[in-house]
Amino acid sequence: MGRFSEKTDTIAAIATAMSDSGIGIIRVSGEDAIGIVDKIYRNAKNEKVLTKYVSHTIHYGFIVREDRTVLDEVMVSVMKAPRSYTAEDTVEINCHGGILMMRKILELVIQSGARIAEPGEFTKRAFLNGRLDLSEAEAVMDIIHAKNEFALQSSVKQLKGSVSDMIKEIRENIISEIAFIEAALDDPEHFDLEAEGYNEVLLKRVEKIEREIRQLIDSAEDGRILKEGIQTVIVGKPNAGKSSLLNVLVGEERAIVTDIAGTTRDILEETISVGGIMFRILDTAGIRSTEDVVEQIGVDRARKAVEEADLVLYVVDSSVPFDENDESIIEMIEGKNTIVLLNKSDLPAAVTNDNIRLVASKITKADSGQNQNNVDTINGNKIIKTSMKDKNGIDFFLQTVKEMFFHGDIVYNDEVYITNARHKEALQGAYDSLLQVHKSIEDRMPEDFYTIDLMSAYEKLGLIIGESVEDDLVSEIFSKFCMGK
Amino acid sequence: MLQIREQVDVCVVGAGHAGCEAALACARLGLETVIFTVSVDSIALMPCNPNVGGTSKGHLVREVDALGGEMGKNIDKTFIQSKMLNKSKGPAVHSLRAQADKAEYSREMRKVLENQEHLTIKQAEVCELLTENKKIIGLKTHTGAIYECKAVVLCTGTYLKARCLCGETITYTGPNGLQAANHLSDSLKSLGIAMRRFKTGTPARMDGRTIDYSKMEEQLGDERVIPFSFSTDPEDVQIDQVSCWLTYTNEKTHEIIKANLDRSPIYAGIIEGTGPRYCPSIEDKVVKFADKERHQVFIEPEGLHTNEMYVGGMSSSLPEDVQLAMYRTVPGLENCQIVRNAYAIEYDCIDPRQLYPTLEFKDIKGLFSGGQFNGSSGYEEAAAQGLIAGINAAMMILGKEPVILDRSQAYIGVLIDDLVTKENFEPYRMMTSRAEYRLLLRQDNADLRLRQIGYEVGLVSKEIYETTLHKKEMIDREIERLKNTVVGAAKENQKFLISHNSTTLKTGTSLAELMCRPELSYEILAEIDKERTPLSADVIEQVEIEIKYEGYIVRQQRQVEQYKKMEKKRIPSDLDYNDVSSLRLEARQKLIAYKPVSVGQASRISGVSPADISVLLVYLEHYKKHR
Repeated sequence: MGRFSEKTDTIAAIATAMSDSGIGIIRVSGEDAIGIVDKIYRNAKNEKVLTKYVSHTIHYGFIVREDRTVLDEVMVSVMKAPRSYTAEDTVEINCHGGILMMRKILELVIQSGARIAEPGEFTKRAFLNGRLDLSEAEAVMDIIHAKNEFALQSSVKQLKGSVSDMIKEIRENIISEIAFIEAALDDPEHFDLEAEGYNEVLLKRVEKIEREIRQLIDSAEDGRILKEGIQTVIVGKPNAGKSSLLNVLVGEERAIVTDIAGTTRDILEETISVGGIMFRILDTAGIRSTEDVVEQIGVDRARKAVEEADLVLYVVDSSVPFDENDESIIEMIEGKNTIVLLNKSDLPAAVTNDNIRLVASKITKADSGQNQNNVDTINGNKIIKTSMKDKNGIDFFLQTVKEMFFHGDIVYNDEVYITNARHKEALQGAYDSLLQVHKSIEDRMPEDFYTIDLMSAYEKLGLIIGESVEDDLVSEIFSKFCMGK
Repeated sequence: MLQIREQVDVCVVGAGHAGCEAALACARLGLETVIFTVSVDSIALMPCNPNVGGTSKGHLVREVDALGGEMGKNIDKTFIQSKMLNKSKGPAVHSLRAQADKAEYSREMRKVLENQEHLTIKQAEVCELLTENKKIIGLKTHTGAIYECKAVVLCTGTYLKARCLCGETITYTGPNGLQAANHLSDSLKSLGIAMRRFKTGTPARMDGRTIDYSKMEEQLGDERVIPFSFSTDPEDVQIDQVSCWLTYTNEKTHEIIKANLDRSPIYAGIIEGTGPRYCPSIEDKVVKFADKERHQVFIEPEGLHTNEMYVGGMSSSLPEDVQLAMYRTVPGLENCQIVRNAYAIEYDCIDPRQLYPTLEFKDIKGLFSGGQFNGSSGYEEAAAQGLIAGINAAMMILGKEPVILDRSQAYIGVLIDDLVTKENFEPYRMMTSRAEYRLLLRQDNADLRLRQIGYEVGLVSKEIYETTLHKKEMIDREIERLKNTVVGAAKENQKFLISHNSTTLKTGTSLAELMCRPELSYEILAEIDKERTPLSADVIEQVEIEIKYEGYIVRQQRQVEQYKKMEKKRIPSDLDYNDVSSLRLEARQKLIAYKPVSVGQASRISGVSPADISVLLVYLEHYKKHR
């Protein structure tokens, strides 16, 4: 139950980029790699023969589902320990490229007994098994660390707020049941489980939690569990053209666009795909010092949204001079990944070059893009002249985003996919543990057996939201139950 | 000035439950041992509750016994009531608890100490530890006597700079008005040991003649008493037992407490020490659980030859007059007379993360410690640590491998690992929920788990060890037989199953499989199990548990295998974490500060992430190859 376990089990991952390329490779490594792939591989004659292949050979065949229907036509190579990258038995499945196919095959591999590799894990195994030069140790450690930190952060960050709230609530419910049982076990003269007909009550609660987790698994299956896309916030003074930008990107009139400053009082959220880029856009109330309470709420939320955003779009009405509102916006976006859109470029400019330099000096430097006419690459920052009215500068804006986030070309965000797969694995684990609790109750096992699996469900759900167990239980027991003599 | 100057092997400071086990272990292993106490009359004193065992604590006593300790044997000789708790629950949480005759308990333990070869009892306050190059060379008492030795085991309990609080009245004494030890703390500080302050408390003792038991519920002992010690003959513990009594506080009690909170030293801010959440004072219960209309109060005898009764559940540091008023609101206590007031006690102890899992100080060779001094609470927790500290002091002197029990071997392992690894802000009490592998760490199999270690150490005789081996063999053989004996769908079998409301058989099924059915048991199956030979009750118990809960046990064993792999990866003590470049700063600081002995222990330190552990593993591999 420790937070870390020795990794000698079999791991799997997609080894090629997660893009719609011609060929994809799923790599499986570990003691049971051959056995696991053997469960889902058939040769051209529909025979189960993988275990018979000699090392370092490649074979034509099919990946088949449990019901024996063919999923894909593949080439499978077998490399036996120690002559592989990881020095473990390794199987590589060369399948047709395409995100969907690779996902499905990886899922089959996982269902057959492998586990999704942790970031840097193939390399780590290669090192631990003596395959890499010792001088590479430092590099390996750095990679593991960076990748793990990133994965952990992104895992929690990518989770939808509603999902993470739901998981937190489920965990709270689970730990409170555990605490109740444990309190009764520790202080049996004080708390009597039998007298309260607890088993029936618990069974109902467990069934409810099972249903909730099932729901989450279903949403993990179609990716609904994660926030996909770049979390983007549009900021700017009232009437600078924020809502117009949103409308141009969405292609229809969603936000209320008026000429009266302060009409977009709440935050609108849109998930839109433009030119292959997925944006999750928040359009905020115009930032302006205001006495109006209702509007103030919107402004505060905007500040919070900026804090959490991956990308900030600062829309400036270039036909109006800079004022103290711009200063407060600039202060707010300082250090964030920002693109400044000098809007209303169809009107005479009132914003000065000094103003622009000030903005540029505050926002994060992004890689300088191609130098085109309608961009001021002051200090390599992203400042783009646009006119929402004429839809000018939008294409260049999109190109800039691509460069900032995808180094020029769009690759499907595999981090999102991997995170999703991990979450699903953890959810499934938690679900299985609850089924075990369910069974223990029905088998009339004593109550102390329930907590074993309740705890394991609690731990697995904790992996998703990045919370470990530590001393949760003991604290929960003491805070809820008056224990001891 | 002429001084006494003695040369011995081990000095044990304190003769409470930890000190007694530590001293006995060392002396029994042939080392010349002196045990110091401020009062010989307080050897193995029970200054708080009059019982031994209880949930998870009963496990500790059994484990101490299996390793060759004394506590189990001593309570078997001196108990006056005994109960197996949680009997309706799974075997893992069954826990034995016995009411002790306190004076007898103390007297019997003193007898054992007095008659132990190689052991000397000395009434003196130890004031100073003597060291050379961060290594223990002896100690000095208040009279200036010097005892040169190779190891010191500190078991000072609640005596260091102790002060007792009863309302506005503060006395600078240890428990029961005994002399406090006021000098040793400073000596320890000057050696660089970080001290901290904890508090605990105890309820009043009543004159039994002034209690009206007719208003209380009687609490009887078990009909058939099970001894603590694996070496005690069960027939020897079937005695006439005394009763305990249950009553409750009420609104009136709570009102009096609430009205006088400002006179409680805790709520008035006079007490700085941290108290245990497990044994809250009645003031704490009333404040923190304000919605509870009543709290349980257990009236328990202090012994057979005294009228004093312990008022369990109502420890307090309120002033004397408030105490009396408050106790007298409780049904049955309306006319009670208090013999000894309730009080809170504050004392110096250490942050046990300064210790290795051997209970030796990381920075002072030869200095060991156990019990409340290490920040724990409870007689059983103390005895367990005292035993391990004593054993390891002896192992060090004898040049043998130390004994470190891990979390999968014993509650003692969980206790010590928690103490030396985790951040702890209150006196630590054992709880079954702290043991993640508790299905394997049952009180009924402590002998099977630990006798071998006790034997290897030298505290368990060959004869006793062989008894355990024989028991193990009988268990294994019977399980094997039950798994391989298949019963068919014969008429008499079906009839038997129907008579026990069990599903009839379609194909041949092993007896073991039938035993897994909730409605059937080893005993019930006797009817259709023709080849059975008579076995002792303790063997049958194990067979039944191993078979009935096999699925769960196997799952825990698998978790243990994973856990062990990380425990086995030892971290060299000279490893410089500053060389491990990829560790996060926080993790690096924690690892440097707490010097974990294994990667497993490192992973349990708060602030060390799984990624840090990955990095550490890679580094250790690198380190190994470079050495």
